[in-house]
Amino acid sequence: MTTPVEHYVTARQELVLPGSGQAWLDALRDAGASSFRESGFPTVRDENWRYTNIRPILKQTFAPVAPAGDGSGDENIAKFTLPELHSHRLVFIDGHYAPALSSVGQVPEGISVESMANAVLGGLEGVGQWLGKCMPEAGDGFTSLNTAFIEDGLYLHVARDHHVELPVEVVFFNTEAGGQLVQPRNLYVVGENSQVHIIERYVSAGGSHLTNSVTELVACGSAVVEHTRLQEEGAGAFHVGGVFVRANGDSRVVSNNLALGSMIARTNLNVVLADEGACCELNGLYLGSGRQHIDNFTQVDHQQPNCKSDQLYKGVLNDRARAVFHGRVVVHEGAQHTDARQQNRNLLLSANAEIDTKPQLEIYADDVKCSHGATVGQLDEDAMYYMRTRGIDVTTARSLLTWAFAADVISRVSSGPVRNHVEGVLGHKLFSVDRLEDLV
Amino acid sequence: MQGLTLNLIRMQNARSDPNMNPMLSIKNLHASVAGKPILKGIDLEIGAGEVHAIMGPNGSGKSTLANVLAGREDYEVTRGEILYKGANLFDWSTEQRACEGLFLAFQYPVEIPGVSNIYLMKAAVNARRKYQGLPDMAAVEFLKLIREKVKVVEMKEEFLHRAVNEGFSGGEKKRNEVLQMAVLEPTLAILDETDSGLDIDALKIVADGVNGLRSPDRAFIVVTHYQRLLDYIVPDFVHVLAEGRVVKSGDKHLAQELEKEGYRWIVKEPVVEEIGA
Repeated sequence: MTTPVEHYVTARQELVLPGSGQAWLDALRDAGASSFRESGFPTVRDENWRYTNIRPILKQTFAPVAPAGDGSGDENIAKFTLPELHSHRLVFIDGHYAPALSSVGQVPEGISVESMANAVLGGLEGVGQWLGKCMPEAGDGFTSLNTAFIEDGLYLHVARDHHVELPVEVVFFNTEAGGQLVQPRNLYVVGENSQVHIIERYVSAGGSHLTNSVTELVACGSAVVEHTRLQEEGAGAFHVGGVFVRANGDSRVVSNNLALGSMIARTNLNVVLADEGACCELNGLYLGSGRQHIDNFTQVDHQQPNCKSDQLYKGVLNDRARAVFHGRVVVHEGAQHTDARQQNRNLLLSANAEIDTKPQLEIYADDVKCSHGATVGQLDEDAMYYMRTRGIDVTTARSLLTWAFAADVISRVSSGPVRNHVEGVLGHKLFSVDRLEDLV
Repeated sequence: MQGLTLNLIRMQNARSDPNMNPMLSIKNLHASVAGKPILKGIDLEIGAGEVHAIMGPNGSGKSTLANVLAGREDYEVTRGEILYKGANLFDWSTEQRACEGLFLAFQYPVEIPGVSNIYLMKAAVNARRKYQGLPDMAAVEFLKLIREKVKVVEMKEEFLHRAVNEGFSGGEKKRNEVLQMAVLEPTLAILDETDSGLDIDALKIVADGVNGLRSPDRAFIVVTHYQRLLDYIVPDFVHVLAEGRVVKSGDKHLAQELEKEGYRWIVKEPVVEEIGA
């Protein structure tokens, strides 16, 4: 019997990946493969994976699938288009770029929006320079596995002094085929003093598949980057996603991590504040129902002085859903005048829902301002009673309070269509109403 | 004896008709909070158009009575009945009572972060309309209504867009209760110590809000500790609650007497009776 690790190593050897033969790329993929062979998959014995057992993922064997047509016949895809969202849109089906479904539109000069496969084949500016450079040295097995398979995803390069007006949207759509291993690899390089909003979406038609994505984001000096990650894959999906951010001097990165879907979902978000004056705002919302398991691991590295991080993660859990929040903030030696804030708040709507929250501060500098806190609570009974004395029924009162709980995270997303969509998901998922607005 | 006194007062009062069924009829009401008996046999009748003040020392059960009427679920009714508009009040959920025109102005209004005041009131207005089989109120109409009512309680419009009671001063919270009452136009309004924590100006505004709503088909229960509020909201009846019972009823002069003499002279009697029995 082959072990899961052997299975994936063999699967990779059977693939011909785009751009192979380029020395730098071969070296990068091979390093990923050997690192994966060495580390294997994480287990609950790894401190960073303590509360998430991935055995259900390893029980099945997932394999990459060849592109299945241009996808234009699949009616499911249309359902996942966010109405009102005007963007430069790239769509990927089961991990492969689908130009027929994409609407990149007119891209201003100085900006490249490309599929990763085309970018490595065409040797586009910045690809060789940055690909694989934002990763932590000791990545976990999933990250290495993704690197070993680098094939396709979104490549975005914004030259210096450009403000990209429309958001750049990438949609990873997985078909109902079942058993697919989909490993998007994204790289965003935002030049000095430039500004862009990247919306990264993961959706699926249903069925069981494994998404293992990695995103690298480089914000050069004084850049302003908003990264919205919207994960709403189907109920049978397994989803692991790494987001690795490097924020240079005076840049500002806003990360919106919205984890709404999948059976088991894990995101690893690592932000390195690499130069003085860099700052990041990390917003997270996870909504779990049924037997979902949603794990968010975040790490902020304050490597240099005068950097700022502000993190707010909120979770709403119903039924038997379980979530994990593990947030590390590391203030490295010499990173004086660090301002680091972290908040994790959880709302349990059912007695069987569960949250493991682990805020963790490590400080190796002496002149810093750091705070963190975690709360777990239920709906405020007094507020429920108050609303009911005003004639509002129990379901509506619960929805309003839950919506109010989540609203401050949702309001931090700059895109109105995305905000509306997430509110809709919240209402539908937890209270079976299409829009919370319809309640009142 | 007590019933007779009340009927006498009622007959002197042109506003009520003794032959009609009262709007609210409380009979031998017993209720416990956390297993502890608080109300021990309340009898009270309230007719349309009447204003009843309920006074009494701390811990006498005034707030418990208000919350039992509103339908607070952790307050357990152990005996007795309440008829409201001829129906058994206990058959109705908290929200159904509200939709049937019962309103409680809270002693301690609850803060609801993230839900704006205007959103709560829109939800409340439309919940009632839905209950009555009416379509939602049009946004323009609602806005017109609320702007009109805001003026009555002399609140700034910005309060409408703030989270319900969050960061409001004590007086602002109480005015917000009266605002909600004015918007919902209840049939029976219960004001639970709405005067506590109010300065004299705010007290006048609150009283004006209530007086503006007085009408022949609407009743008020004004729970208060002090006579002060009753100078502005003049009651038709005053009841003194002690040890979970109505120990004395009278007209507005009773409140003035209480202000002068305190509660001791009334409260003493039934206690003695109880020991004697």
